[in-house]
Amino acid sequence: MAIVEVDGLRKSYGGRPAVDGLTFRVEEGEIFGILGPNGAGKTTAVECVEGLRTPDEGTVRVAGLDPVADHDGVTRILGAQLQESELQAKLTVREALELYAAFYPRPADWRPLAERLGLTGKLGTRFAGLSGGQKQRLFIALALVGNPRVVVLDELTTGLDPRARRDTWSLIEDVRARGVTVLLVTHFMEEAQRLCDRIAVVDKGRIAALDTPSGLIRRAGGATVITFTPSQPLAEGELAGLPGAVLAEDRDGRVVIHGTDDTVNAVITLLARHRITAHQLRVTEATLDDAFLDLTEEQV
Amino acid sequence: MPSPAAAVLRTESRLFAREPGSLFWILVFPSVLLLIIGLVPSFRVVSDELGGRRVVDLYVPVAVLLGLIMAGLQAMPPVLTGYRERGVLRRMATTPVRPAALLTAQLVLHGAAALVSALLAVAVGRIAYGVELPEQPAGYLLALLLTTAAALALGATVCAVSRTQKIATAIGSAVFFPAMFTAGVWVPVQAMPEALRRIVELTPFGAASEALDRAAAGGWPGWAAVGVTALWTALLTAAAVRWFRWE
Repeated sequence: MAIVEVDGLRKSYGGRPAVDGLTFRVEEGEIFGILGPNGAGKTTAVECVEGLRTPDEGTVRVAGLDPVADHDGVTRILGAQLQESELQAKLTVREALELYAAFYPRPADWRPLAERLGLTGKLGTRFAGLSGGQKQRLFIALALVGNPRVVVLDELTTGLDPRARRDTWSLIEDVRARGVTVLLVTHFMEEAQRLCDRIAVVDKGRIAALDTPSGLIRRAGGATVITFTPSQPLAEGELAGLPGAVLAEDRDGRVVIHGTDDTVNAVITLLARHRITAHQLRVTEATLDDAFLDLTEEQV
Repeated sequence: MPSPAAAVLRTESRLFAREPGSLFWILVFPSVLLLIIGLVPSFRVVSDELGGRRVVDLYVPVAVLLGLIMAGLQAMPPVLTGYRERGVLRRMATTPVRPAALLTAQLVLHGAAALVSALLAVAVGRIAYGVELPEQPAGYLLALLLTTAAALALGATVCAVSRTQKIATAIGSAVFFPAMFTAGVWVPVQAMPEALRRIVELTPFGAASEALDRAAAGGWPGWAAVGVTALWTALLTAAAVRWFRWE
């Protein structure tokens, strides 16, 4: 069952469309990623889901409710972590948790929540005295304290160091394990690939692709990437004729070929025939990064 | 489980108590100023030019108004614009509680602090220098409540027209000095030359000074003074509501 339904959503600022006809459904219990370059309209889209913005066109439903018309109903079942939002500087962690718990009709007990998020030792610390990672963990706690059915996390791990980022990821997996649906906005490929069941790649306010992470990788270009530096240049056209190659180019002397396992064999045969040595030959699996670059137009 | 609005008010009261600067300027400073004025011997001498009163008598309403100005113009605007700028209001807008609850709590707290400051100034005047208590307490309270509303509305308007916390502090200070002047901090309104006094009494704090003075002397505040303060309050409230942006 879809818990978030976005249909034909459009939103412009000063005549410039930020979201230009977005349609997607988030199924209950999944981690749904919205991935896209900066300025693609990701945040605007989830702000419409959170009821912070009124769509120009289209409909948004959260558990069947309109986030603008039924603001109270939606905010009771939706927890949000916003980009670039802070709390009162002198508010302590305990006070923030108690305050936000008082906002909801059936809040979670914030003590075990703080425990799971590693905030127990920081309950008496004021917001301004928390590190970036601690602030983010507090925001996750506040998003969950109302016992929501859906949480929207916008650029959750931006500004975190790699270790804190990995901790946060396992936390999100815990959240989903408790049956909470997660709508995750990110521009980190690694994060989307690791966490998301499905990903909507958004570019210029539209959905460029919507699939599972592995589906996106398969869909965009070859799944196998072969790179090497040949000892002498290869004749043009020879690369393009390789079986299974969907992309082959010479980048300043370094050859990059996207293709299949067959392509790998064909490349080796080709090199042997011309007695060319391949320096730093690498055969790797394509990542979401490659798919993303293929799917979104190059930003100049 | 406290109601959401009560929880917001309780939390904001705790935060308010953590602002020693605001507490000093609102609660302590006006009464300390009154104490210092009264230490000057000549200010405790009855003067015919002041209608048989002493300078220190005239400084009690000045100290009262100073507390209201400190609360409404100096302390409150940076807090509200800071909440807006740092996304505190937006964060709250994603919960079942509207961010208006936060603004309401701030208005209530600054208003309450201003009233406590006023009581303190009246008490200090009475105890330290024998200044008569207001002879028409109901009229005095009416004038006080109305002026508190005007001061808060002025502060809210400063928040509404300021895009950032820095601008709010700058505009607040720019309005702060004329407000102090019209409240009679440098020259008590009742001691101003007639022509100047007529102009000053068209401003919210000048009119308030007149209203408080009348009530202190035992009469009801005049319609003109009450009307001017009420009109300012209405205009400023409308302006604040019209121009306030949530983000």
